[in-house]
Amino acid sequence: MNKVWLIIQREFLNRVQKKSFLITTILVPLIFPAIIGVLVYIMKKEADSAKADNVQVVDESGKFVFENTRKYNFTKLQLPLEQAKKAYSETKDFALLYIPPFDINSPKGMVIYTKENPSIEKVGGLESILEDRIRDLKLEEYKIDKETLKNLKTNISLKQINISESGEEKSSNSGLLYGLGFLLGILIYMFVLIYGIQIMQGVIDEKTSKIVEVIVSSVKPFQLMLGKIIGIASVGLLQFVIWMILISVLSTGVLGYFGVQMPQKQAMEEVTKNINDDEVKEAMQKTQGSELNEMLANASQIPFTKIALVFAFYFLGGYLLYGALFAAVGSAVESIQESQQFQFPITLPLLIGYFGLFMFILRDPHGPVSFWLSIIPFTSPVAMVGRIAFDVPTWQLALSMALLVAGFIFTTWIAGRIYRVGILMTGTKVSWKVLAKWFMMRE
Amino acid sequence: MEALLVKDVSKQYSQHKALDNVSVNIPEKTIFGLLGPNGAGKTTLIRIINQIINADGGEILVFGEKLKPQHIEIIGYLPEERGLYKKMKVGDQLLYLAQLKGLSRHDALAKIKVWFEKFEIKDWWHKKVEDLSKGMAQKVQFISTVLHEPKLIILDEPFSGFDPVNAQLITEKILELKENGSTIIFSTHRMETVESLCDHIALINKSKKILEGPKKQVKEQFRSNTFVVEHRGNGFTLPAGKYTVKKQSKIEGDLYTTTLQAVEGINGNQVIRDLIDITEVYSFQEKLPTMADIFIGLVKGEGDEALKKHLQEV
Repeated sequence: MNKVWLIIQREFLNRVQKKSFLITTILVPLIFPAIIGVLVYIMKKEADSAKADNVQVVDESGKFVFENTRKYNFTKLQLPLEQAKKAYSETKDFALLYIPPFDINSPKGMVIYTKENPSIEKVGGLESILEDRIRDLKLEEYKIDKETLKNLKTNISLKQINISESGEEKSSNSGLLYGLGFLLGILIYMFVLIYGIQIMQGVIDEKTSKIVEVIVSSVKPFQLMLGKIIGIASVGLLQFVIWMILISVLSTGVLGYFGVQMPQKQAMEEVTKNINDDEVKEAMQKTQGSELNEMLANASQIPFTKIALVFAFYFLGGYLLYGALFAAVGSAVESIQESQQFQFPITLPLLIGYFGLFMFILRDPHGPVSFWLSIIPFTSPVAMVGRIAFDVPTWQLALSMALLVAGFIFTTWIAGRIYRVGILMTGTKVSWKVLAKWFMMRE
Repeated sequence: MEALLVKDVSKQYSQHKALDNVSVNIPEKTIFGLLGPNGAGKTTLIRIINQIINADGGEILVFGEKLKPQHIEIIGYLPEERGLYKKMKVGDQLLYLAQLKGLSRHDALAKIKVWFEKFEIKDWWHKKVEDLSKGMAQKVQFISTVLHEPKLIILDEPFSGFDPVNAQLITEKILELKENGSTIIFSTHRMETVESLCDHIALINKSKKILEGPKKQVKEQFRSNTFVVEHRGNGFTLPAGKYTVKKQSKIEGDLYTTTLQAVEGINGNQVIRDLIDITEVYSFQEKLPTMADIFIGLVKGEGDEALKKHLQEV
């Protein structure tokens, strides 16, 4: 055991002391807030500097009265279409809008002429202005006043409450849970893959540099493999903890700085500003406020400590399960290129868990496929972590965890048998058959 | 006492038998040459002694005790395929390898210091292995093999990669280790090394041990009653039926050298007696076979007759 500890120490220190560790550990958490920050900044700049587009209008129907908005400046032309087109092409205006005489019950024949392909957003904006005007015309025709119409609109938002096994009631928010499950599942997938490949790389390095023969004359191959896997796991955990701390500190900082000018909030203010009726405005603000509060309340009800612990367990379990297999592959080959043929079948179950996350777990967290994906050890690390936010029954969690422990003991055993032979073999063409033979070989 | 006793050890790989009932006795405080052509099974035997792989059958005793995991602390092993962690510093690397062999950190540091002084490489501690030349890395590897003062040292082709100066340095250190009571097993193809350093030898060919014993005794065993005489004047006639002249050549002036073989039962004294009557003997020596001769003869030939023939031809 003492020797395994020495190996763990070496693997850990050797990686942590590298400059690249320092760089990735500090840079990765900077990247996400930096990207968010830059995007928000650009969006804000764009919104501020956006000028209204000039739109010339030829209205043959005579039914439209255009008011300038923040986005469009309208100029009505009293010219026939052909001349208007000519005039338009000599200006730098955004578009020429042509409205023929039409029947308000089936409006047809409206055309927009532009010099370059306009964005969907700009065309859509114009369309909705036209639609609004036609709706008003219809209201007039059907003798409905605007007030009645407003009263017809109702807004329902279902409050979600879970009744837990103990009969306790908890409100929840499926959007929030979806986001959380999505994030955790992807994190596990990435971690297992990245650190698994690091193990493989480490084993290949030892094998090709030939140091391995000296080492295994001092320790058992299994001890060497175990030390390496655990050493790299501790690097991963350390990096993860540092990332979590840095990301939360930085995200809070960045969001705090831009928070006041978040785009949704801005849009919300815009909407409320346009509504003249003070009562409605007040009511809307009230509902929005309470929704936000409810979301925060829901967030605070998610058992983050439990989720963090479960995440740590499945990270370690999944990593150990796949790490052992990666070590076995590393011992069998002599270069990363050669490892490709074995890597894919190994990562396939992990990939199934990853796709299962989107196709089943996040859509129907308690369906039969989700259940099995989160129980079978090879897919459970990604699947269960994605599912955990949706309140998994305790017995399922316990079963899944027990099976994962059994799973990594099993893969470590298999890997150990291949590893002990593989690390000393050079110059053999390795196939699945050869691996099976090594596995069967007596001690 | 025997430093190492290998008794009827066998090892079967899926297609071929790597070792077939091999027994070797390696006396304490000797330099033992483990010889054999490529693929004969030497490396398999060495790996079994180092407990890297297990034998299928047989028994191994180290200083009278059955081979067990604790024995790795008294064995030092230099594999033929040299290797160190390229990105690791020399000092850290030696410290790590010594600790794996069971030395405490404190003891390891003290011993590394001693060896750094012996090899005059005190400023190497912080160098990375990838920045060292091949010869320099070999020195580091040699130190890592003997740092924990093993009583049994196994060196697989220890001189490959060394220039003559460093080879000489390593030879001195090996002899020093022997003086200090270590037993050294050499696995090598280089017969001049065997000739100059080894006390005992064993020859393994095609998974079987075919020869073993003290070097001197082995040579005696393969003597072919051949003698080399330097003499003045070329013409002499030896009693027919007793001698065959194998080779005769001029050295300078009237000084000649003649290689002759005597029939069985005639010893050196008898040859001198016969020669004195017919020529002026300048020097006289029995021609013993070299290790290279024995090696090639045994490996190429099948059985003693072929060997004798080979030895007579050289």
